[in-house]
Amino acid sequence: MRILQGIAVSPGVAIGEAVVIDNQGYRIPHRFISRSAIDTELERLAKAFVSVGRQIENSRDEISEELGEQYGAIFSAHLQMLRDPKIESDIVHLIKQRHYSAEYSVSQVLSKYIKVFENLSNVYMRERANDVRDIERRLINTLLGNRREALSNLETPVVILAHNLTPSETANLDREKVLGFVTEVGGPGGHTAIVAEALEIPAVVGTGQFLSDVTVGDLIIIDGDQGRVIVQPDDETILRYQHEVEEHRSLATRLEALSGLPAETTDKQHIALYANIEFPHEAEACVRRGAEGIGLYRTEFLYLGQDEEPSEEDHYRVYSQVVKDMEGAPVVIRTLDLGADKLLGENPEDPEQNPFLGLRSIRLSLRNIPLFRTQLRAILRASVLGEIHVMFPLVSTLQELRQAKMLLSDIMEDLEEEGVPFDRGIKIGMMVEVPSSVIMLEQFAKEVDFISIGTNDLVQYTLAVDRSNKEVAGLYNNSDPAVLRLIEMSISKATAAGIKVTLCGQMGGNPIYAMLLIGLGLRSLSITPSAIPEVKKVCRSVSIAQCEEIASRVREMENAREIKQFLREELRKVVPELLL
Amino acid sequence: MSESQSTRTVIIQNKQGLHLRPADLLARLAYQFESNIEVENDGLSVNAKSVIDLATLGAGPGTELKLSATGTDAEKAVEAIAELIINFTDEDEEAVDTTESESSS
Repeated sequence: MRILQGIAVSPGVAIGEAVVIDNQGYRIPHRFISRSAIDTELERLAKAFVSVGRQIENSRDEISEELGEQYGAIFSAHLQMLRDPKIESDIVHLIKQRHYSAEYSVSQVLSKYIKVFENLSNVYMRERANDVRDIERRLINTLLGNRREALSNLETPVVILAHNLTPSETANLDREKVLGFVTEVGGPGGHTAIVAEALEIPAVVGTGQFLSDVTVGDLIIIDGDQGRVIVQPDDETILRYQHEVEEHRSLATRLEALSGLPAETTDKQHIALYANIEFPHEAEACVRRGAEGIGLYRTEFLYLGQDEEPSEEDHYRVYSQVVKDMEGAPVVIRTLDLGADKLLGENPEDPEQNPFLGLRSIRLSLRNIPLFRTQLRAILRASVLGEIHVMFPLVSTLQELRQAKMLLSDIMEDLEEEGVPFDRGIKIGMMVEVPSSVIMLEQFAKEVDFISIGTNDLVQYTLAVDRSNKEVAGLYNNSDPAVLRLIEMSISKATAAGIKVTLCGQMGGNPIYAMLLIGLGLRSLSITPSAIPEVKKVCRSVSIAQCEEIASRVREMENAREIKQFLREELRKVVPELLL
Repeated sequence: MSESQSTRTVIIQNKQGLHLRPADLLARLAYQFESNIEVENDGLSVNAKSVIDLATLGAGPGTELKLSATGTDAEKAVEAIAELIINFTDEDEEAVDTTESESSS
């Protein structure tokens, strides 16, 4: 058993066999094959032996010619090992008797020899492990060949272990087959993490290197709540986690009973719960979970993993689908929120030194007017199909907001001239996620209909912490008093100006913050759909007065840790079952 | 021809012992015989026709190996293999070392 600590990015527990994806994104094949595949597998193995024999002969001839016979002789020994009848018969045995794949059988048999050699007392002999390793590598490379199995071809449910997954790879994961995933790199709030949450599969990122110690087919537990990955857990651990999975399931069932009930406090104050979504198909889950609308529809997936820029029709198609699925409930569409480095076709000669402070989001859109125009036209056209609001991300100055609004009115004029219908009174909002926008919120509030506090970026920019940098990720705290003060300022300024305020960062979906946020005056949250039942449970268990009391206690606290601890305790008092 | 059994003990003389290339020679030689041939080192016995098994014996210089064969040509096999082991040499020792470390890096 081995326990690794990473960063929890998508909650839940997954228990399953490992599929390992190497650095190049190739899948290392599965451990087991079906009975009917044995003959094919034996044939593949025999071919690989022939081919590797030829490769070794070539190496021997080349080296002999270049350096002399005695140097080539080592390859004769390799050849002899390869042709050692015992090796092949051991491998064949595993394929036939245990139904292991050829790759897995090769690695099992040769690893055994490598271990024997490594344990020899004679140093010179010990080095023979490398010769065996060389043969193993040749055989496996040959077997793998060009058979690059895509993630979408999984046959049985598994957990995915990879060095890295791109957002589009993550987005294409088969939810039926992928129980959870772990990546060696990455941080919270990265796009991969957001997609994992949207897919509702447990995920841990940023574990550091560990793939070389995992064998395909090893049992893995992913603890997406604690950010833990357990390789080859012992029976006790498995039982404990199975129990936890059961608890979660029964909690989920109990919470499901709330889906028809309103999110209101014990003193009948309504708390609006909206959903954050990434993909159009999630709209259905939002309705099922009782979301009052979509508070954040991220549109980046349209731009990621595509070979060309999405057309106006591409945008229109998905927007209209979502708005129809939501059956008249409001849908807040956020315009492109990506860094230049992530945008297709943009492969800058000199990459930005500091992309989070660089050309991204609204800045990028304003630099690429045709691209921005395409998206805004589609949003406006879809606005007649239901209630659509448009929201601009990462606004840091009034000029940016004004430019974006000006473009929007330009497009409205165009549409009017073309006789294309749209909602003239479309609500316009902005994300509040840069400290400058909080400070200047009185001014901004005069020019927007609503704001949504984006805590992920607000935390990063307030505390100057790159959340994907493992060295400083520990400084990234939703509960930092400075962050909480900015959130409270945003809520009170927006409320004073009479505009609607929502919070849409990951923080909102964590039940421990719900009471505090309500206590700070927030009455609307947009969260990941899977978190709606839990947060609703919290809302229905407390009064506004209780929440305000919690908020006033927190105002006196000095550090993030203390605050988080306190909030956990308060939650435990009210709904202990949410702190499994 | 009738089955016979033959055993003999032999001490490794060369400095590197029964490493890969000598093991290769030994296995090849063993292969030419019909008999089942075993090589034993300190209680661990392996098939003489398997180079990799021979190498796992980790038999260094001065190791006493027990050869035993069963089959129609058992005696000839044991004699030939004993002869080979006694005459193991290290003449290209360094050269082999260099190549090996290169090929495995």
